[in-house]
Amino acid sequence: MSVIDIALAGQPNCGKSTLFNALTGASQHVANYPGVTVEKKTGTFKSDDQKFRVTDLPGTYSLTSFSLEERVARDFILNDKPQLLVNVVDSMTLKRGLYFTFQVMETGRPVILAVNMMDLAKKNKIEIDHENLASRLGIEVVPTSMKTGEGKQEIIDCVQNLSKAEKLKAPAQLDYQDMEPYLRQIEILLSKTSFFEKEIPGRWAAVKLMEGDENVENLVSNEKECTQILNKVLELRNKFEDEYNLKPEMYISKRRFEIADDVIRTSVKRQNNPKKNITDILDSFFCHKILGPVLLVGVIYLLYYLSIVQGYNITNYTWPLLAKIRTFTENIMPAPGFIDEPLIRAFSLWFVDSINALLNYIPIFFILFSLIAVLEDSGYMPRMAFIMDRLLSRFGLHGQSTLPMVLGGIYVGGCAVPGVMSCKGIPDERSRLSTILIIPLLNCLAKVPLYVLLINIYFAAHKGLAMFFISTISILFVLPVSKILTMTVLKNRETAPFVMELPPYHIPSVKTVLLRAAERVWLFLKKITTIVAAVAVVIFVLLYYPGISDERMKYYNNMEEQAVSGFLTAVSKTSYNNKFDEKKVTELANFYDRYRSARMKAGSDFEKKENEFRKNNPLFLALVKPSKDKELRMLGRELKKLVRTRKIISMEMKKERINNSFLGKAGMALEPVTQYAGFNWKVNVALLSALAAKESSVATLGALYQQDESGSSLETRMEKQETGFTPLHALSLMLFMVLYPPCIATAIAVKLMSGSVKFMVFSMVYPMVLGIFVSSAVFSVSKALNLSGLEAMFGFYGLALIFTIIMGFLKNDKNFQS
Amino acid sequence: MNLSEILPGGKCKIKALSDSGILGQRLFSMGFCPGVVLEVVRNAPLKDPMEIRLESSLVSLRHVEAGFVEVEFI
Repeated sequence: MSVIDIALAGQPNCGKSTLFNALTGASQHVANYPGVTVEKKTGTFKSDDQKFRVTDLPGTYSLTSFSLEERVARDFILNDKPQLLVNVVDSMTLKRGLYFTFQVMETGRPVILAVNMMDLAKKNKIEIDHENLASRLGIEVVPTSMKTGEGKQEIIDCVQNLSKAEKLKAPAQLDYQDMEPYLRQIEILLSKTSFFEKEIPGRWAAVKLMEGDENVENLVSNEKECTQILNKVLELRNKFEDEYNLKPEMYISKRRFEIADDVIRTSVKRQNNPKKNITDILDSFFCHKILGPVLLVGVIYLLYYLSIVQGYNITNYTWPLLAKIRTFTENIMPAPGFIDEPLIRAFSLWFVDSINALLNYIPIFFILFSLIAVLEDSGYMPRMAFIMDRLLSRFGLHGQSTLPMVLGGIYVGGCAVPGVMSCKGIPDERSRLSTILIIPLLNCLAKVPLYVLLINIYFAAHKGLAMFFISTISILFVLPVSKILTMTVLKNRETAPFVMELPPYHIPSVKTVLLRAAERVWLFLKKITTIVAAVAVVIFVLLYYPGISDERMKYYNNMEEQAVSGFLTAVSKTSYNNKFDEKKVTELANFYDRYRSARMKAGSDFEKKENEFRKNNPLFLALVKPSKDKELRMLGRELKKLVRTRKIISMEMKKERINNSFLGKAGMALEPVTQYAGFNWKVNVALLSALAAKESSVATLGALYQQDESGSSLETRMEKQETGFTPLHALSLMLFMVLYPPCIATAIAVKLMSGSVKFMVFSMVYPMVLGIFVSSAVFSVSKALNLSGLEAMFGFYGLALIFTIIMGFLKNDKNFQS
Repeated sequence: MNLSEILPGGKCKIKALSDSGILGQRLFSMGFCPGVVLEVVRNAPLKDPMEIRLESSLVSLRHVEAGFVEVEFI
């Protein structure tokens, strides 16, 4: 049984996706069109044993070659040649819809016209004579109302009938009146080539060549008669313009509109002019001069609060599930020795941790993607862009950059991954790339622990001020950087007109919202997890090898022996004398760690768990638990001492391993450069280790600033051990953190959304260069001027503010005007 | 006169589009066709862009872009 290919085409907001969902249900598959970042949705359905494959083409207003989406839709129709096209139009904007339909008809593929939103038309007393419409256009017309599911069966029946038909009648041909003689001349020329007529309808190509369509001109240049044809086309275009004083492409558009107008006049009856509707009333609030921005802030706050704040709260419930995966891994891996951890165990745990860190985001993403779907479906999204465009476009961004920036963390605490992922909707390529590239400079949640650590030590007296500084300085980086990127790297990228429809408000359907959210979460996981896994392996190697030298290992083994024999000596003085050997001591120490961590996790309900430990080894448990027995109490104390020594040894080994590792060596090698920013090699190593995930910068600092017996916090340890470290150093380090390169997940998201590895690499390199520049400048200049950390902070803030304002006044150049 | 000069509340009729590239084509495909009557509904809070009612749809465009739409006031 063969599969029949059909494609859905239509303008944005016409209900095309709803029809697609209704037809294909759960059988959907999302991928990209080859080589571009435009999403390609396909699905299947069956009717009377015939299988149909449906492709949902991108929603576009036209089928020119000006925008990527239009090119993609057009190429699909012409090259993949679906057997049938279903063109969905909104009955409320039928004239504009027909303008598109004509272009679809010209491609020569059989078309069914689905006139959608009939319920709205009825409500607004608009009568549409479908039979007349069908006879004027020469194609099948089906009235539908996808919100209620009306007309779905009729569409399926129609598709089935047409797919069985032996020969389809040709759709009506548009009459381009004055241009017809010109078109015929081109058609005759094209008919002499082998390619046209057979592969692509000559009439369509003739119209496109008269329009001056670059893509079709390129197609022609593959033919051997190309120069002759193209010269003739140029001559005809000039001749037409001279004769009618109108560019041919404008004439063609005008003719299409005139015909659409004429068709509408004969097939649509309007009772009276529509009254003020709900959209106008809502717009008078949401787009209001003062109320509009206020409501925008409210919506943004709600979005941020529900997804980022509440999402993180939900991870408190989902994290234990992920922790179980880790515990499971711990249990199936070979047990650790007294000080040396088996490689396979270390690696497996590292791997699980890396993947878990990513999976932990799922609740946040699910809420976020649902809310974004609500914003998209309700019609509010374009209003956000309407309000913000003026401000953002000054910096080379776009009204629609608002949402990605909010998600990325416009104040403290966002996440760059959903920020970058939500850049998809920005129609202007230059602004979209610019937004994608600046999102990582915003303050994501993972940067916060380092800020808190440093502010608590070095700006303790001015915590509020310092926190405000670090929260808002990122926006003063983002705006000018975006402007500079726009004027340099992205200078030659396509820009698009802002012209944007403000669709009627509409209550989002739960099904659409959840379906879209689930689909995006799935896509994210599928694409990102594999790559994160691969990079986790690389970072592991960089942090783990070449490892500790044999000589040093002997030293540590020696320490181990001392500690163990110390414990065994204590045991030998008791009645448990013959119950322990060296191997048993390691087991006991592991038992102790397992017991402690189980206890921490279990909370109040520990009894059942404790019984398991008892069954496992009653003697060990007796040692671990507080006891009244004198001997047991003495051994318990010895055990605690043993475990503590073990911890110190392994911390020291960890530190030495990092110092020795490739990454650690890089940290030391970088010290001559980073000294101008005030970073010593320890800070370098911490910063390098944060490449995988920024959260780990604090963890690495923790490992490097060795724990002592007192168990004091990292704050006190850093303060004690880094006497040379001043608030100025801290400021420099924080500024570097603001400008820190994106984490792996974000980098992958950049690659997905920009469609190029080059941009991914660029997004990682430029912040690093900028960061070291800013930190060095701030540190060295302030030191030379003898400024305190706080003075430097204010000074820099003022300069950044002035620079941002200046950049806002520089002119943008557009890339689309002819 | 062009569309960018029309104040909120004003109505006008399109005479011609003076751009035939991507902007002109985009405007055309959204219904900006000579002869069509427009109403400027409002300007955005920061004055730019503007919101236009065009037959039964609402469209937003920047003033720079509206400069390419030649209109007559009615």
